[in-house]
Amino acid sequence: MHDISISYNKYKFLGNEFLTWLWYLIENDINIKNIAEADWEKAGVDCNSIVFEIGNCIALENSLGDDSVEKISIKGDDAGLEEGKTALKKGGVVTDMNLVLRIDDNEWRFNIKGESMEITSLKTPVAGKMENEDDTEGAVLEKVFLYNRLFEVIDILFHNFIKKRISENWKKVDITGIREWVES
Amino acid sequence: MGLLSSSVSVARYRVDGKIEENVMETIHAGLKQNAITTIEDEYAEITMGWTPFESNFNPDFEKFTFTFGDFFLFSLRIDKKSVPSKIIQKHISIEVQRKLKEEGRQFLSKNEKTEIKENVTDKLMRQMPSTPNIYDVLWNHEAQQVLFFSTQKAANEELETMFTKSFKLRLIRLFPFTIIEGSEKFSDEERDMVLNLAPANVNRGKVMGDDI
Repeated sequence: MHDISISYNKYKFLGNEFLTWLWYLIENDINIKNIAEADWEKAGVDCNSIVFEIGNCIALENSLGDDSVEKISIKGDDAGLEEGKTALKKGGVVTDMNLVLRIDDNEWRFNIKGESMEITSLKTPVAGKMENEDDTEGAVLEKVFLYNRLFEVIDILFHNFIKKRISENWKKVDITGIREWVES
Repeated sequence: MGLLSSSVSVARYRVDGKIEENVMETIHAGLKQNAITTIEDEYAEITMGWTPFESNFNPDFEKFTFTFGDFFLFSLRIDKKSVPSKIIQKHISIEVQRKLKEEGRQFLSKNEKTEIKENVTDKLMRQMPSTPNIYDVLWNHEAQQVLFFSTQKAANEELETMFTKSFKLRLIRLFPFTIIEGSEKFSDEERDMVLNLAPANVNRGKVMGDDI
């Protein structure tokens, strides 16, 4: 049995590494849908495409080895991410990012924090307008469906990342790909 | 910020356990017993309790529902009083001047000043109406999951306390470790492997996970 706050701090790096991996997938046009085909089906995510894009901000952190930490924030709609990649070269990881998720024609925008997996500033696809109070239940259920869809996608990707991270292939295959991207 | 808002912040929880019998009655009773009071306590700095999703200022769980499809949906209302420090300073100054003039003195002792500060703060707190903050709670009882529509630390702590008090169930906040710990998708062996992972980004020139 682990103390919850100790476990939070000890394993928060997994969330940061997950976001870094996600950035790698996005930048290299790796088809998210192919990553966990069986999982999407099982979760009922029936669609033609699942695409992530980096939104308008990304924050990275690089431990300098002497308890000090270098923080890099890149903000702006058309901001270049070169400095972020430079931080990755030095051993940094993504700590926060703004993401856009597109499932077919539907779009979710949100910030995600690696260490806590908290979602902030989440905007779902537009739900149907509530005409009167009787529509409340319908509006709630539609919103809940849209929230859950996002969490299903995040959960499936996170599980797949962790499975990869503990596999033998991580060091042989995945890391090589990430290294090539970072150095490019 | 509520569930139906155009932009939301969400914290996710796993519910440790389930209500086995009389689910609706038990939750209804928990909500009713811990509903926010309609009479404002002028001495309380913070008042909190449940209120129906559709009626944030009339916490009547007989009149308003907490079931929406297969989900339970209600709100946590936290009413908080706070007096801006500049207002407190202003009233302390007025009170000090009044006392000096009344008693024909030049100075007040430290204890007298402390007493004035306490009295002024108490009086202003009583006069100040509390500000309500409303946070929606979505509970999928079957899946043992809760979405809480706030990521503020204080609000989340209040939710965890109120939830346990009302339903005798513990909420476990989902973050990387607890997601893995509670997922059926990992075997015990895989969980052990995760526990042995270490971040590999402490040395310059290394890419994450490149710990060999």
